[in-house]
Amino acid sequence: MSAEAHDHAPPENMHPGHAEDEGLHVTLRGYLTGFVLAVILTAIPFYLVMSGAIPDKVVAAVVVMAFAGVQIVVHMIYFLHMSPKVEGGWSAMALIFTLIVLVIALSGSLWVMYHLNANMMPMSVEDMRNMP
Amino acid sequence: MSDTTATPDEAAPVFYLTDEHPHAEGASTMFGFWLYLMSDCLIFAMLFATYGVLGGSYAAGPSPKDLFELPTVALNTTALLLSSITYGFAVLTMQRGLVRQTQLWLGVTALLGLCFLGIELNEFAHMIAEGAGPQRSAFLSSFFTLVGTHGLHVTFGLIWIATMLVQIGRFGLIPANRRRLMCLSMFWHFLDVVWIGVFTVVYLLGVLR
Repeated sequence: MSAEAHDHAPPENMHPGHAEDEGLHVTLRGYLTGFVLAVILTAIPFYLVMSGAIPDKVVAAVVVMAFAGVQIVVHMIYFLHMSPKVEGGWSAMALIFTLIVLVIALSGSLWVMYHLNANMMPMSVEDMRNMP
Repeated sequence: MSDTTATPDEAAPVFYLTDEHPHAEGASTMFGFWLYLMSDCLIFAMLFATYGVLGGSYAAGPSPKDLFELPTVALNTTALLLSSITYGFAVLTMQRGLVRQTQLWLGVTALLGLCFLGIELNEFAHMIAEGAGPQRSAFLSSFFTLVGTHGLHVTFGLIWIATMLVQIGRFGLIPANRRRLMCLSMFWHFLDVVWIGVFTVVYLLGVLR
């Protein structure tokens, strides 16, 4: 991949994407925006759970998870300064790869283990209670 | 083939990547550190998966509802979130080359990190004193592993901050120290991202359950 870009670059040049490592776009405005968003996105799920504003637990769980997802994206953009351009796109590539592995591992574990629990438990709940 | 020999003034085509090419010092450090963070992310993904599988196995012991106090967790989360923004201020002052102020913000970040760690250890001590230690049930084993690993990361972050305070005090904001501070910045903000997962999945969903 980088070999093609390399051929065109003059030899005294650095690798493409290596040059701007400290040229990250860091501003006070960005940090404050991220912070305010993070506070809001933290406060709302805590309020929802502590006050029990959503009676249906499944709905509440989905809403809380959604807030967490949005907050993670906010942190990625405003605090970790992620963008598709960082390091010529290789950081984003690594992130996407990690996310794919993460989703497979998490959903796979939960799915498989749920069915193992549901289908292979040799005892009833009553048996479990009376276990030594 | 005859083309290349016909034009000797042009450089001969190179069909392979020469090993040696110029790299600025530390030019790939940030990307390397990002790859480390991604691998760390996978560690936490596995611990989350473990918690997700075992989190409901109480072995007739205490459940999240009995153990977790959300106001404490909210305080904890506030400390970590505040430490994120104060680290942001440290990076901003670093970019303006202000040594004393950078140290000051790093110190504030470390204090907030210590608050977080203190509250968490206090919570752990309470749980263990109540007999809800990691050996009580599969739920508690996975809980202590997941939250403890995060706490351990914060501890190492604090050690790193202390090291950087000394480094900056000795050598000032030289390029190497700036690079280290940017890596530490990624590390610290990454821990905050992991904590979002922890307080959501472990605490909020645990109390909802």
